[in-house]
Amino acid sequence: MTSISRADVAHLARLARLAIPEDQLDHYAEQLDVILQSVARVGEVAAADVPAMSHPVPLLNVFRDDVARPGLDREAAFAAAPAIEDDRFRVPRILDEE
Amino acid sequence: MNLIRDNASVLAAAIAEGEVSSEEVTRAHLDRIAAVDERVHAFLHVDADGAIAAAKRVDAKRGAGEKLGPLAGVPLALKDVLAMKGQPTTAGSKILEGWIPPYDAAVVERLRAADIVILGKTNMDEFAMGSSTEHSAYGPTHNPWDLDRIPGGSGGGSAAALAAFEAPLAIGTDTGGSIRQPAAVTATVGVKPTYGAVPRYGLIALASSLDQVGPCARNVLDTALLHAAIAGHDPRDSTSINAAVPDVVAAALNADVRGMKVGLVRELSGAGYQAGVQQRFDEAVAILTELGADVVEVSCPHFEYALAAYYLILPSECSSNLARFDGMRYGLRVGDDGSRSVEEVMALTREAGFGPEVKRRIMIGTYALSSGYYDAYYGQAQKVRTLITRDFTEAFEKVDVLISPTAPTTAFKIGEKVDDPVAMYLNDIATIPVNLAGNCAMSLPIGLAPEDGLPVGLQIMAPPMGDDRLYRAGAALEAALVDRWGHLLIKEAPAL
Repeated sequence: MTSISRADVAHLARLARLAIPEDQLDHYAEQLDVILQSVARVGEVAAADVPAMSHPVPLLNVFRDDVARPGLDREAAFAAAPAIEDDRFRVPRILDEE
Repeated sequence: MNLIRDNASVLAAAIAEGEVSSEEVTRAHLDRIAAVDERVHAFLHVDADGAIAAAKRVDAKRGAGEKLGPLAGVPLALKDVLAMKGQPTTAGSKILEGWIPPYDAAVVERLRAADIVILGKTNMDEFAMGSSTEHSAYGPTHNPWDLDRIPGGSGGGSAAALAAFEAPLAIGTDTGGSIRQPAAVTATVGVKPTYGAVPRYGLIALASSLDQVGPCARNVLDTALLHAAIAGHDPRDSTSINAAVPDVVAAALNADVRGMKVGLVRELSGAGYQAGVQQRFDEAVAILTELGADVVEVSCPHFEYALAAYYLILPSECSSNLARFDGMRYGLRVGDDGSRSVEEVMALTREAGFGPEVKRRIMIGTYALSSGYYDAYYGQAQKVRTLITRDFTEAFEKVDVLISPTAPTTAFKIGEKVDDPVAMYLNDIATIPVNLAGNCAMSLPIGLAPEDGLPVGLQIMAPPMGDDRLYRAGAALEAALVDRWGHLLIKEAPAL
């Protein structure tokens, strides 16, 4: 029922922030297609009036008192950072040039 | 006594009595790791100094007359998906290579509080996606029963550490069978507790509505003692159940199934199950009957759709959870040359840092959640999840526990299925329904398949917060099998 094209994989990879090389797109397309065909079986179940289940236990909001607690100190938080500048995480530019 | 072959409860008693020190036990395991782990590759990282220091603290406490817990001084292997302060934690992925967590997971805090000695971090499929550990970025773990075969996955490192006598206790995590299937193929015991029973604070998330931390050991009692040490509410995990933990240790000591109603799940045996697996399973069913259990057949008609539903729900959740690995605050960063945008750097980082199975699942999840496909895939899978849960609810109105083979086959050869995702997914066919419903389940060894001489596991399933039933039934079956064999099956594992 599904047929995943090379262009579909490129699109999914872009959405998922994966720089998949051009020469691997066909291979992934083939594999994703097989996986999607096998999981599409869920569509065989008549479940129009069945409620969807997101979670195995009923999740209720939990309240607690707002008490100050120590967090990670700066040194520990930065210890694993790929790049730091002026006591901040340095990141690549987030806006386009123009 | 034998410091590396004895069970955890035996070692703990000897340490408490002063017959042996925790340091001696710990050093014996570190020596064993040094001798065999080059071939087994159960560990990604061994913390010898930390383990010996922890052992010395236990010995000092004992020397000072402090009362020790039931597993105090016993070494443990920790799956590398749990944060441990000051120790590398990779989740089997290159994207976290070299990351040193600045905090302990809740489970690690509890292990430390119980004076359990953590030897190191065990190998796993990358971010727990897999059934063989072949998807680890650091190379596969080898099954101690046959080094050419897989030890199961994703927690193959923890199970192999137990089966190779590198540790008497281990921690695993189970999202679709990652504790139980490795236990089955290595002749060890593993339990997926009720969803929410063990706090997940500090666990690197795969699929948050399915993930659960659990105990692994070489017999049912040790597994129960470890279960008791790690279970219980933690307010830092919003899915943690705030209720009393069932008395699993008492249940493991009460090895009696007389009058227990045991349901044999019709949909989880027969076609697709290896002949030797089915044979050992049928024998185990006969033993349970001899022991006084009332075994009946039960049908769970929607289980045949569990695999399909799971492989939509899991990728959907993981595509969201793994978005946090963006190379900005910790972990790998690739291509940040000053000219590229943040999105380009993220994409290059994730391409370089994730392996093929992780990328496949992220893309499947992205697809299943995209508008136009959401209702047909993710939405429909969630409805099927409801139907599977209803099947369980109806079954547990009739029986106390359900049973099945844990895995459809014994351990397969390394390399056999690694590039065939759908064949790999079939390993989880019997374990997945439990995760979808949030139930608890155990795998325990029931013999070697006649055709290949490899371990077979039996799965016991119970309703949420019915974890004690697993231990009662498991202990009874284990005792009957030990009676037949004269020892635990694991004692027949190759010496290496």
